[in-house]
Amino acid sequence: MNLEVIVAQPLLKANEELAKQNRNLLNRRGITTVNLISAPGAGKTTLLEKTIEALKNSFSIGIVEGDIYTTFDSERLAGQGVAAVQINTYGGCHLDAQMVAQALERLPLDKIKLLFIENVGNLVCPAEFDLGENYKVAILSVSEGSDKPKKYPLVFQEAEAVILNKIDLLPYTDFDLAVAKEQLKEIKNNLVMFPLSAKTGEGMEAWVEWLKDKVSQTEKLSATG
Amino acid sequence: MHETALMAEVLKIVQQSALENNLPKVTKIKLAVGKLSMALPKALIFAFQVLKKETVCEEAELEIESKEIVLQCLDCTREFRPQDYHFSCPFCTSSQVKIIQGRELHIISFEGEENELGSNCGSTLVKSQ
Repeated sequence: MNLEVIVAQPLLKANEELAKQNRNLLNRRGITTVNLISAPGAGKTTLLEKTIEALKNSFSIGIVEGDIYTTFDSERLAGQGVAAVQINTYGGCHLDAQMVAQALERLPLDKIKLLFIENVGNLVCPAEFDLGENYKVAILSVSEGSDKPKKYPLVFQEAEAVILNKIDLLPYTDFDLAVAKEQLKEIKNNLVMFPLSAKTGEGMEAWVEWLKDKVSQTEKLSATG
Repeated sequence: MHETALMAEVLKIVQQSALENNLPKVTKIKLAVGKLSMALPKALIFAFQVLKKETVCEEAELEIESKEIVLQCLDCTREFRPQDYHFSCPFCTSSQVKIIQGRELHIISFEGEENELGSNCGSTLVKSQ
């Protein structure tokens, strides 16, 4: 006899449950967590280096560094005097909540106020996996072309803010900043956008202020709550 | 890009449920895949063909129900299908929208054949779990 079994189970259910646990843990500790997502080479690590430089005197920062095989990025960041944990996915195209849960065990959470999770360089899969962060921030660099928002809408729809990096290259490319902003607005009208160059420092201030603001919001919430 | 991992999860869930429901042979698996999910149906089918070998799903067919993107405007409450990833309300231009369909990535159901023993009825039975 033939039998139909109704399952109705999301495939990412296990991840969603672990992400919730991560989020509870981080919220209880009053930590603001930012999940940085971009294509390879958009400048995530340089942006992090410059952001840490600007913020390390304001509060302590932790880093979960996702990479497929290497530890180059965490070595670059370790020199900055922040608590960094490396996750190697060995071929995996994204970080998941389980990997982040393990990384959190190795971080001094009682000392950290702001935690960055640098996802594996990829605009596709990381958008789908909740890690337990407060905010997803997508980075789009000028050298990638202004058509990327329409090609990878989910990541921009999920993001709280978008960094338009490498604006120092604008004169040398046909990247149209106005078009890119317009396309991003079509996907999510209330996206916060930060056109900047992590390399020259131009535009960094607005991004750093936004982070400070988010950290003080979390502090207020954990003080009242 | 991670369709193989997703399909491995599908097969794990279905095999476990088939065992619990005493179904030694799975004949069909139905998935819902939203247009906004990052899983490509073609890659899912390819992964299925490779991974189902030597499992209770070896002879099963895969049916993928593709789900269009449907949004609901949080201001005027109307529902609409966005054109060209334009995520604001075409009625009142509000950008406060909620995705109500299109992010699906789940198993709807599966079908299997029960053990010969004690089954002399040829009808299809729907069972919830």
